Amino acid sequence: MRDKGRIIIGLVIFLILITFPVWYNVARGKAGYVPQLEKPATVKQCVRDTSFMKAHHMDLLDEWRDRVVRKGEVMDIDMAGKPVEMSLTRTCLGCHHNREAFCNRCHSYMDVSPYCWDCHVDPKETK
Amino acid sequence: MGIDRRKFIKASGLAALGLAGLAPVKLFGTEDSTQAVSDSVSSRKEIGKPLEGKRWAMVIDINKCLREENCTACVTACHTAHNIPHFDNSKDEIKWIWKETFHNAFPEQEHEHLKDHLLEKQLPLLCNHCDNPPCVKVCPTEATWKRERDGIVMMDWHRCIGCRYCMAACPYGSRSFNWRDPRPFIDRINPDFPTRTRGVVEKCTLCEERLRIGQLPACVEACKAHAMVFGDLEDPDSEVRALLRENFTIRRKPSLGTHPEIYYIV
Repeated sequence: MRDKGRIIIGLVIFLILITFPVWYNVARGKAGYVPQLEKPATVKQCVRDTSFMKAHHMDLLDEWRDRVVRKGEVMDIDMAGKPVEMSLTRTCLGCHHNREAFCNRCHSYMDVSPYCWDCHVDPKETK
Repeated sequence: MGIDRRKFIKASGLAALGLAGLAPVKLFGTEDSTQAVSDSVSSRKEIGKPLEGKRWAMVIDINKCLREENCTACVTACHTAHNIPHFDNSKDEIKWIWKETFHNAFPEQEHEHLKDHLLEKQLPLLCNHCDNPPCVKVCPTEATWKRERDGIVMMDWHRCIGCRYCMAACPYGSRSFNWRDPRPFIDRINPDFPTRTRGVVEKCTLCEERLRIGQLPACVEACKAHAMVFGDLEDPDSEVRALLRENFTIRRKPSLGTHPEIYYIV
């Protein structure tokens, strides 16, 4: 164990480096950072319960995709019993106008990159 | 020897350390980037009662069509409705509805003494929505299939893997492959219809997105000469059935047994 000292110093440096992002954010006062999403001003209720949407919006979108493309359906029933068109561009963006401040903000925090918008169109980006 | 084993292991360890240190930075340190809000709600089409039919078909009157000199209304309407890109290189061309000479459209049925206008002018071609579609048989992912309820040969661009078997199988050249990202080559993007990405095959879907909200296909609606008639082949009282009863009609390459559902009055 001739190199005991060096190994311990090495381990300490390693621990500091690997936990650097935590220290960095604590130092900047962003330890408890959660992205603030821009919610629609007028509409208070989404097509499903908010907690369901938070966890399972992607499952709902998958279901909508299959029903629209493969079964040829148009409308879904929202939680208030009203018919809504199964459309990412028209229904989702119809309320959540600002995709950047809603979808992207959380997706980038979670480090996921869905490719919905490679094909589907955000009307704001067509200008 | 420039580097011995001991140095190599040390360097590898440092490199691994560096990578391990970098990875979580993104996870913890992502910041908001707020963009200016400039709202514009998509131009919404009215959702009407869906058009119902058991076997959609189209009858195209070539004589009426060719009377309109150099008309491309159907092609333009389709391209605008479906975000079809325009590439200068014809090898990249995306075709849903396009114009072709009789010679190329009906190679089995031409001869050199045809009516003049058939020899010279171009007539509209589109996916035949075959009753026995060879493209469907070869698709390994069921990204294209024939709808049981109305006979439309549909495409699911979510599922297409771009193998292009369907393009090899289609005897009509109705399918196109996106060799390049189409978005920059679309003149004006219609937000009511998705664009496609590089690496998928696309074709005419007989405007199923319009049928289901009660509208006729874009090409039929745009045709100034009323040369294109769309309707249900299973309904004996439909306009298509009446036209087929009263006129002599031909289909493209009938000998292949694909049973095209686009009929041409010559």
